[in-house]
Amino acid sequence: MNLSVQTKAFALLATLGLIAGCSSNQTMDDGAYDSASDVAAIDQSGGSTVYGGSDDGGVSAETLTEEERMAAEQAALREITTFYFDFDTSEIKPEARDVLVAHARYLAEHPNQRVRLEGHADERGTKEYNLALGERRAKAVQRFLIVNGASRGQIETVSYGEEKPAVMGSTESAWAQNRRVELVFE
Amino acid sequence: MTYRTWMTFPRAAAAILAACLVLVAPARAELLIRITEGADAAIPISVVPFAEQGALPPGDKVSRIVRDDLTMSGEFRPLPPEKMLSLPSRREDVFFRDWRLLGQRYVLVGELSRQADRVTARYELFDVNQEKRILGESAAASVNNLRTLAHHISDKVYEAITGVPGAFSTKLAYVTVDNANGKPRYRLQVSDVDGKRARIRLESREPILSPAWSPDGKALAYVSFETGKPVVFVHELATGKRTKVADFPGLNSAPAWSPDGKALLLTLSKDGNAEIYRMELASGALKKLTNHWAIDTEATYDATGEGIFFTSDRSGGPQIYYMERIGAEPRRITFGSRYNARPRPDGTGDYVYYVHQRDSAFHIARTNLKTGDETILTRTQSDESPSVSPNGRMLIYATKQGENSVLTVISADGGAAYSLPASEGDVREPAWGPIVQ
Repeated sequence: MNLSVQTKAFALLATLGLIAGCSSNQTMDDGAYDSASDVAAIDQSGGSTVYGGSDDGGVSAETLTEEERMAAEQAALREITTFYFDFDTSEIKPEARDVLVAHARYLAEHPNQRVRLEGHADERGTKEYNLALGERRAKAVQRFLIVNGASRGQIETVSYGEEKPAVMGSTESAWAQNRRVELVFE
Repeated sequence: MTYRTWMTFPRAAAAILAACLVLVAPARAELLIRITEGADAAIPISVVPFAEQGALPPGDKVSRIVRDDLTMSGEFRPLPPEKMLSLPSRREDVFFRDWRLLGQRYVLVGELSRQADRVTARYELFDVNQEKRILGESAAASVNNLRTLAHHISDKVYEAITGVPGAFSTKLAYVTVDNANGKPRYRLQVSDVDGKRARIRLESREPILSPAWSPDGKALAYVSFETGKPVVFVHELATGKRTKVADFPGLNSAPAWSPDGKALLLTLSKDGNAEIYRMELASGALKKLTNHWAIDTEATYDATGEGIFFTSDRSGGPQIYYMERIGAEPRRITFGSRYNARPRPDGTGDYVYYVHQRDSAFHIARTNLKTGDETILTRTQSDESPSVSPNGRMLIYATKQGENSVLTVISADGGAAYSLPASEGDVREPAWGPIVQ
């Protein structure tokens, strides 16, 4: 991943209070968002091909115009491409909304851009039910993106159920990181 | 023996498959057998080492395999041969008083004789208390097939004593996952019920799920991700011929055969939501059996072949439902906890088995369909994929042992247990094959 983009993303996320906000009043029962290092891990799992367009170069936040600042902020939000869910639910968490809106706007502005939503479940429960649950999560994200401006033709969904965990292991933390939808831009 | 594949899908897909799939047959990665628990009420039986006429190949003796089969069932407690006072091979040498002294209820004696490449077993089963022969038969097999002969004898002995057909000659299908080098290899395998004679039927870099036996035991349906998404295949075991039967947009999953083998129940989401369909295999014609905003999946026919059990989260979490006949209003079966899924009825219509969450653990439970009573059968923590033996007496499921997934077999009432770990990696998704005449 482009280091300057990543660094900038972190700086902006920190400015926006997203990182601090996550660590102070998370509703999740696990440590997935608890530290900057975990956020880095999430960025990695989101895939290195993900950040799209509008790289404004190493302009520092102070010298940006309002418009540039907004664009950089949106680009920074779009660095996040993995979204997490509670056990046996497909509800999009409140903290994911701004990021998904940013992705939806980007898709609306780039009609030729396509994205694949990969839905996953943790290892608990049955494999076939989890396959359906992973799909339901991917479709929940799909609906959210469409409502916010993306078009149906840009989005493909696939479920891997519990078959492709991001993190191995049978801990609350591993499970929390495995209940996810990943956006993969093609 | 080699298996070939006839790919019936487009060339582009075939090219991808060629890159990620190998169809191979050599025996490898056998499951190991580990008896973990015997049932208290097991019946004492002596399987006397069989006399032998002519040279037999090295390896496990037929009587040893019979003894192991009976032990595995959990219903028998075979006497170790070193404790026997004599080793008779025919009726006139059986002294019932000796066997009574040893506390034995049944004695099996026999003799193997080889003519060219055929081996004939003549065997007799005696009731010690009644001093009566209750079984006397002979059976033959090729000299390379002594395991088949042994499992056949086990079936006959089991049936003569319990009145229920034995299931020792049946097959298991399962999926092993080998994570060496961080690159998983999924292998669909078929073995004897004791884990022996395993053969790889499909190998893939992508997940293989939900193997399901055709009623005649000649084919498996399963879900394979080899094209990057879940697709249902039917795989003929004798020829290796594979047919892609369901490749619709969205999910193609949870195959289960109709009792006549002519149709599959499938979970498809091509119309937007996971619903259960019946597909006629000859024509591909689909009939939608459920229509609900909830997830409906994991369908299976009941013992009559008229109704279906399935998992639905229409009540908020996954629960087992029963549709008495197609079109009837589904009736909820499970109420004991907030997560009950993947029903598997036994052949009698008395019980349905499923995965049951209690606190943070997942167990296998069963519900008596007549009384509604629920019994939790397993004590391990992460149990899934229950499959009932075709005679309804045993249950196999996948569970965790340390980091690895292993298969465990228990008697259907939760008694005796043995486990079948893979020699390396995970083994999961067991499916117990039918009794084939």
